Amino acid sequence: MGLSLEHDETRLGEVVETSTTGFVAQCYQLFGAPPLGALVKSGGPYPAYGVVHQVSTQGIDPTRRPVARGQDEATEEDVYRSNPQLAHLLRTDFQAVIVGHSAEEDLRYHLPPTPPPIYAFVHMCSTEEVRMFTANPAFLRPLATSSITALEEVVAACLRYTAPMQEDTEKFLIGVGKQLAGFFPGDFRRVETILRRAAL
Amino acid sequence: MNTSTNPHGRYLGNVVGGSLNRGIEVRLDPQVPVEEMALGQHVVIQGQSRRFFGIITDITLETSDDSVRANPPDLSNPLVASVVSSTAVYATLQVLPMLALEGEMALIDGPMPAKTVPPHFAPVHLAAKEDVEMVFGREDERHFWVGTPLDLEERINIDLEEFVKRSNGVFGKSGTGKTFLTRLLLVGILQKSAAVNLVFDMQSEYGWMGTSEGTGTVKGLKQLFPSKVAVFSLDEEHGRRRGISPDYLVKVGYNQIEPEDIEMLRETLNLSEVAADAAFTVAGHFGQQRWLRQFLDLDGQEVQELSKSINVNERALSTLHNRLRRLSRFHFVTERETDESVEEILRYLDRGIHVVLEFGRYQNELAAYILVANLLTRRIHSRYVTRKEEAMGDQAKEPRPLVITIEEAHRFLSPGIASQTIFGTIAREMRKYNVTLLVVDQRPSGIDDEVMSQLGTKLSCLLDNERDVDAVMSGVSGARELRSVLSKLDSKQESLIFGHAVPMPIVVRVRDYGTNESYRELGFQEASELRQQMERDADDLFGGR
Ligand SMILES: Nc1ncnc2c1ncn2[C@@H]1O[C@H](COP(=O)(O)OP(=O)(O)O)[C@@H](O)[C@H]1O
Ligand SMILES: [Mg+2]
Repeated sequence: MGLSLEHDETRLGEVVETSTTGFVAQCYQLFGAPPLGALVKSGGPYPAYGVVHQVSTQGIDPTRRPVARGQDEATEEDVYRSNPQLAHLLRTDFQAVIVGHSAEEDLRYHLPPTPPPIYAFVHMCSTEEVRMFTANPAFLRPLATSSITALEEVVAACLRYTAPMQEDTEKFLIGVGKQLAGFFPGDFRRVETILRRAAL
Repeated sequence: MNTSTNPHGRYLGNVVGGSLNRGIEVRLDPQVPVEEMALGQHVVIQGQSRRFFGIITDITLETSDDSVRANPPDLSNPLVASVVSSTAVYATLQVLPMLALEGEMALIDGPMPAKTVPPHFAPVHLAAKEDVEMVFGREDERHFWVGTPLDLEERINIDLEEFVKRSNGVFGKSGTGKTFLTRLLLVGILQKSAAVNLVFDMQSEYGWMGTSEGTGTVKGLKQLFPSKVAVFSLDEEHGRRRGISPDYLVKVGYNQIEPEDIEMLRETLNLSEVAADAAFTVAGHFGQQRWLRQFLDLDGQEVQELSKSINVNERALSTLHNRLRRLSRFHFVTERETDESVEEILRYLDRGIHVVLEFGRYQNELAAYILVANLLTRRIHSRYVTRKEEAMGDQAKEPRPLVITIEEAHRFLSPGIASQTIFGTIAREMRKYNVTLLVVDQRPSGIDDEVMSQLGTKLSCLLDNERDVDAVMSGVSGARELRSVLSKLDSKQESLIFGHAVPMPIVVRVRDYGTNESYRELGFQEASELRQQMERDADDLFGGR
């Protein structure tokens, strides 16, 4: 699963902050973040799989907040057209929870020995890759047991994102549902909430 | 059969806990619909080196999450419904381990009582035909087919040779099939020649024919096996009305009735203790042979005088006098009899012919039933005791093992009298003198505890009175679990069998009795078939035409 160094369509950005359980990537394109719950993959010695759980756009200088510019413009697009420099003064970041990695050509459903390094490229996973990685419903464990905010929402978003890529969506969701019941013992309410949102 | 081979029945789930006493807890696989499980079904649990045989004694619905009890999830969402049914809710089976088959030894020793439990997560399967056959054996010269397990077509056999070694009981409330089951057992004993039967047939259900709610009448033992069964009767007219004559007409002489017989009749004749005791005094006064005749001949005045001279309470004595008069209404009671009736019964039994004593028109006269059964049994038993002692261990000289069947057994074996009566004695001494009882009763709680505990094998149809269930279950290991099985039996033709004649408790649907097919399966041959058989035999002997 070597990484190509050429620029390709799936490349979203690179790691700018990293830790054992997750990383932050900066997008090459302003507003170029993958959807909430999407499966991404970083480079590095242990290519890590992550689920997107937090997307933010702000000024490059965090101490200075952008000022409003659109009072005289007709549309929102016009604001950017009239201020081409904005694309360079603003940045879009996204955070991912690491849910597994690949090592020796194999998928591992636990955390990698070291997280992706700073500047590791971050790619969108192909449908084929999503299907392979999610074939084992245990892939949700690191996400479901993490302490991110809006956990249920993110898990549900992840299922909305991955389920349509499966050969048998229903079977996939039932399998995942059973796993979730195991992750949240004595809290079937939570499982129910997620499943109902996942199936929307 | 190698005990480590794959079990044959359906996979049910895995062991998750439990104990030998309380039973094993099995978590039911979500794929198995809980409604398909039933109390009394047999399961096989595959341990590491043993295979366990058990019986389902309870089925429980569980939740791993209490919140779903209070707030059931939205089952209209098929995804939620499907996930909840396989995660947050589940069913457990309570399984009482009964037998263990150990490795290759099982082939030689057969199953042994389970003394340990299977490990956690041992897989559990429904018992299959092969398993049941291994445990209950095939029908052979000592095993008799009584019925089928609830969920299999397999035949369940009981070991009749073991059965007749002790007294046994058939219980169940009225209309549950006790009589039909008893009749089958009698046929079995007859066919396997395990013993000879003497049946006190109060309602005339065993001898010539029986009644059935569905089809009207069913064949009795005499119709099925004319050359092996003799019908004795107390009532000549009864037989004549049906166009059949009994093999022997039984009479009872006043001289044969003893104060002990009166003691047995206390409840039936509604006598006080004092009144019943007075019979002993009266007998002492007039002498054993003549006391009853002479006592009944007295008029009121003379009874009064007698009470003074023998120093017995006057009221009690005159009550006794009044009540005993009822006996003189029985046509089978005569002035004087020798023990010819008893001798005749014994002559038949000695030839291996089974005797059914029908009560004819006295079928609702409990007093007649108790009196005659008690009086005859006492005499027959005493002959057996003498002959057994004379045989001095020489098996060839011993009298044939005898099974005495009594209905309404609690009348003979109630706690107050069981210690004194002949039936109590027989029940307690087991097979010492080659006589055992087959007691049939709808009110087992009325039978003395000690007698109940002596019964070797119990066959119980549905009982719904707590006390009756307790009585049947007393002293049985796993009683608490089996009780629930017992009280959930079908209201007809289903029986829980446990005790010496079966390797483990089992619920059976009792074999059908009353159809032509059932008669044929029991070895009955129509007259035309018999003729053909005889002709074939003759051909074999003399060479065909
Ligand atoms: N083994 C059986 N085969 C056919 N019918 C049966 C059987 N057992 C019970 N029955 C039916 O149930 C009815 C009641 O059975 P019975 O033996 O007379 O009950 P009990 O003696 O317990 O009062 C019978 O008349 C018969 O119709
Ligand atoms: Mg009956």
